[in-house]
Order: sequence, then structure tokens, then C-alpha cells
Amino acid sequence: MVKLAEWQGKVVFRKYGVPLPRGEVARTPAEAEALVRGGKVPLPCVIKAQVLAGGRGKGGAVRFANTPEEVRDAAAAILGLEFKGEKVRELLLEEKLPIARELYVSMTLDRAQRLPILITSAQGGVEIESVPDAQIDRQPVDPFPGLTGYEKRRAAKVLGLSGGPARSLGQVLDALWKTFQQEDAELVEINPLAVVGDALVALDAKVIIEDDAAFRHPEYAEVRDDRTELEEIAREKEIAFVQLDGNIGVIANGAGLTMATLDVLKELGGAPGVFLDLGGTDDPKKVTEAFLLMARARPSAVFLNIFGGITRCDTVAKGLVEAMQQVPAAERFPLVARIRGNNEAEGIALLRSAGVTAISDLRASAQAAVDAARGRA
Amino acid sequence: MSVLVDRDTRVVVQGITGHQGTVHTRQMRQFGTQVVAGVTPGKAGTEVEGVPVFDTVRDAVEKTQANTSCVFVPAPGAKDAVLEAADAGLRLGVVVTEHVPFHDMLVMYPYARSKGMRIIGPNCPGIGAPAKAKVGIIPNVVFQPGRVGVISRSGTLTYEIVNGIREIGLGQSTCIGLGGDPVVGTTFVDALPLFESDPDTDALVMVGEIGGTAEEDAAEYIRHHFTKPVVAYIAGRSAPPGKRMGHAGAIITRGKGTAETKVAALEAAGARVAKFPYEIPALIAEAVRGARR
Repeated sequence: MVKLAEWQGKVVFRKYGVPLPRGEVARTPAEAEALVRGGKVPLPCVIKAQVLAGGRGKGGAVRFANTPEEVRDAAAAILGLEFKGEKVRELLLEEKLPIARELYVSMTLDRAQRLPILITSAQGGVEIESVPDAQIDRQPVDPFPGLTGYEKRRAAKVLGLSGGPARSLGQVLDALWKTFQQEDAELVEINPLAVVGDALVALDAKVIIEDDAAFRHPEYAEVRDDRTELEEIAREKEIAFVQLDGNIGVIANGAGLTMATLDVLKELGGAPGVFLDLGGTDDPKKVTEAFLLMARARPSAVFLNIFGGITRCDTVAKGLVEAMQQVPAAERFPLVARIRGNNEAEGIALLRSAGVTAISDLRASAQAAVDAARGRA
Repeated sequence: MSVLVDRDTRVVVQGITGHQGTVHTRQMRQFGTQVVAGVTPGKAGTEVEGVPVFDTVRDAVEKTQANTSCVFVPAPGAKDAVLEAADAGLRLGVVVTEHVPFHDMLVMYPYARSKGMRIIGPNCPGIGAPAKAKVGIIPNVVFQPGRVGVISRSGTLTYEIVNGIREIGLGQSTCIGLGGDPVVGTTFVDALPLFESDPDTDALVMVGEIGGTAEEDAAEYIRHHFTKPVVAYIAGRSAPPGKRMGHAGAIITRGKGTAETKVAALEAAGARVAKFPYEIPALIAEAVRGARR
């Protein structure tokens, strides 16, 4: 998924007509100071770290300033932060507004109902998880006909809005719906949505774009995220790559089989490290690519669990043996392989002759992998 | 009897000229499925594996009386393919394609329903009833005729488990891989009544995963409406929280969606829950013996 930083989310919001405070992005204290001196951001203002983690206010990543000097100092302080493991590289400076109330609105997917859902609460400005259920309203929205007038009127009533703010809410919700649909979002969240005088203003923006819709949104390809080099390579090869704390590398095909493999390893006292999920495929080329990728992660041992449906096991085994020979001797690691399916016996024989522990029973092979990793630890 | 597919199933493969489409057309035919047509726009008049190819699903239906689609069309075109299948009057659309945006499913699902077509998938291995028909990509070798039903959200893990049922000599009535995407055309709750009313199914294996509340919803259904023995397995007991839908997603599933809540709900509904996949064959054998007694 592509998580947009607040300022990026607000660029999207502006496109669809969500009312926003006046604001600008700065990357250095001098830039921040110049923005207020030049009148681009009025004083007093708020200076916010552009990081993806929540809880910025409490963590000192959001500060207020009344003068250009204060702006510069606050900017310098925040830019020096490492917030929940994320280095602060960008700041959003915004005018400070007189807030009457803080609300919560979001649009996301309700998997069980197979419908988008509008979530609202009069308790905005706090983490929504901490709000009691009774104070959260859920309104499924049917894509046919889309967000309707009565749904917006109902939301206004639930949030206790009337007159100008209620009309403003209608505009905000229309924009929320358009953002959700047209940007292929998994989540569009405004928290807090502030009542300022007669209108509403989005003080924050959280937009998460669905990965699977990337083909419709080349504009998000460049969005900064926190993938490591190996994760990036895996992504290009369409292999799911997840880094855990342990030392046993796991290669499997399919999310369910991968999870089941991790479950068994853990039960037997092993600690899964990097795991690679090839998806539903048993394409020998992909197995080989995954193996070489795994080698770069330097695991203590690797457990390969492939259920072959279409490909023959001996084809997969051959690719593996060839790939092993490409890994420098000093970087080799014990490999335990479990390959089930067509031509299983031939595959196992091939692997064994190359020095690989090949066992067809899941429990026994997982145990062998756990033991192999211990031997090296 | 079987569930959703049988000897009268007549399959049109959408995306038949692609690699996957061609390979699995061959596999489906080897299984014994009547694959009567393929569709790839612009390729009408050609043949793949001896199957005639048409430009549109409508042409394929008119010429071959196809009633079921198997969709291999890549994700950017999958929505259009499914809408076309529904519009042409097919009854079942098995969508193997992975990485279909859920926003597209939010359109496909209600549209197909309005036209009377059930969707299985997307991102699913499909459905198979041994000695009758298979629509999708589940390996032929794992099947054997029998009386155990299987419904699963997984792909390869399903093959593993179906194979385990074969290895202990039980065999299967019908196996359905529902797909693991956030929005699927057929959920556990949608599939359970089909197995309940299938006279050829004595017991059911249900394979779930962490995330979402489909297993909890299934448990609720089983408790009140499902009378046959159920053996369940939930993958991901040890997995760290993976792809999460942000804070708002957690609000929807509040207090549900973990392996613990799913196992507890299923056990409370009377299902036997295996801790590991290799425990399933023995548990289902026991359940079948119990059911016949």
C-alpha cells in the first residue's frame, strides 16, 4: 500500500475540494522562516513533521509559533527528530485557526459487507481506536448510486451540525467519497475535521492508496516509502518480502501456505526471519530468483516449502541446485527443502545429491530447518 | 450432486490465449471438464488446445452454450471481463486473476449478482468436483472422488490440504478456493449452505486465514444452520500483523480478525480446529466416522 504523507494527502484533498488551512511545505529551518516572512503562511502558525506514524502531537513533532524566529527554531527542532524510527525530512507549516470543535470522518472498505463505509464521530482529534463504540457511527455507502444527499444529512445530524457547518460537511463528504473512489484509496481519513466559524477545515489528512490499483495511478510510483533495497527487488519480481526478527529464511508459495509454514516453525521453537511468498506460482524461475534474493539476506538456514501443482518438482529442484552454485561458498547456508507435487521422488533425489536436506513431511522438514539454524546460531 | 459445478458445466475461458489460460485449459480438459470456448478479443476463429476462440463472451455463449466462465484476463482488464460474462448470461464466473483492485470488485460483485451470476474469487484457485468438473487452477493430482467438502481462503495451502484428504483415502465431494482478497464474490457464509444441502457431502474442511471477519461470520452460520461436522484450520497463528487497513479498518473489525478470535468462534460453534495443517486428515477421518455412525 502507498501511504501518503499529510501534505501529499492534502494535495489530493485540494483537487477534490476539501477545505484546508493555508499552508506550505518546508525542508529547512531557513525555508520555514522565509515562508512566514514572505506572508505565504500567516502567523501564528503550526509546524508539523511529515512522518507517517501517528501520535505526532504528543511526541513533540507538532509545534506552534508566533514569530518568524520561533518558526525557525521549531523547524530546526522538529527536523532534527527521529520520530518512531522515521527521520523527519519535511515540515508542513499551516495557519493556526480558532477551532470550535474537532470531528472525525473517514471512508474505507467494509470487507464483510462488501461495501465502502463512512465512519464518523463527534469525538475527533484523538486516536479513533480510543473512542468508545457508542460514539462512532458507521454508514455503508452503496457505489450505486454513490454517496447520497440523505446520507450526508444523516451524517450532519449524527455529528450535531446544522446550518453552515452542515453544508460544509456535505462538501467535505463529497470530496472524501471522490478521493476514495477516484484515487483507489483503501482509507481516506480526516482527523481532526475542525469546525472553524461557519465552515469545516481538514486539519490532517491520511490517505492510503491500494497497491493493486497502481496501474491506474502512475503518479504515486514516486511516493517515498520505507522499503529496503531487498524489499524493492522483491517488489519488482512480484515476490512478497517480509522481514521478521528470526534467523530462518522461509520461501513458500501462497500466503496461506507461507503462514502455515511460519506457524509450524514457531511451534517447533524456530524463529522465522525473512520470508518470501512467491504467490500462487510454482514457476521454477521464480523459485530460483527467490532463492538468490534470500541468499542476500544472509539467513542462518533456509526452509523452502513449495507445493507444486503444475510444475514438476524435479524442474524446481534443478533450478535450485543451479542457484545454489551461484552463491559464494563463504555465504552458503543450510537449505532444507520440502517440495510436494508431480515427480516428487526425482526432485528429492536431485536435491539430496546436491547436499540439500529434502524431506516431504512438513513437520519433519520444519524440525530439520529449526535444527539447522540452531547449529549455526 | 456436487456444488456449483457438475457434468453439465460448460466452460468458456476468458484470456485463453495467454500462458496461464492455455496451460489451465489443457489441465481442465485433462480433468474431464467440458471447456467449450475461449475468448480473447481479436483472436476469433483461432483455436487453443482444440477449443474455438471467440471475440466476445456473447458470441461464445451463442455458439457453444457455455454457462460458466474461468477468467485469466490480467487485472487491468478483469473487471470488464467479468461484467461481460455476467451480461452474457453466465451463471458462474471463477476469477483466477490476482491483484484485482477491490474498487473494481465493488462494482463487479453487485453487477454480477443483479444478473444472476455468482463470482468465485478473484485471486482464487477455483472450484473442483472430482470425476465431474474443475474450473480454475487447483492441480488435478490432489483430487479423488469422495465425500468431504473443502472451502478455503488460501491457494497452495488448499492443494496441500486437499491432497492430505486424498492421501488418507477419503477423497472430496467439491473443493472451493474462495480467494484471499479483501472483497470476494463468494464467502464462507455464501458457500456453507451449498454444502449443507449437498447430499454428496458428509463433512467439511474449512481453511481460514487471519484478517477480516469471514471466519467469525462463518462460525455464526455454522452454529445456527450447519448440521454436518466441520474441521477448521486457521493459518497465521504466529504471523505478525501484516497488511492492515489503517486505524479505521481496525474499528470495523474491533475485537475480531485475529487467529484467537477465529479459533474461539469456530470451536464455540462446534467445529474441531486443527492447530497445524497436518492434523487435518486425522480429524476429518474421525469426523466422517462420527457422521456415518
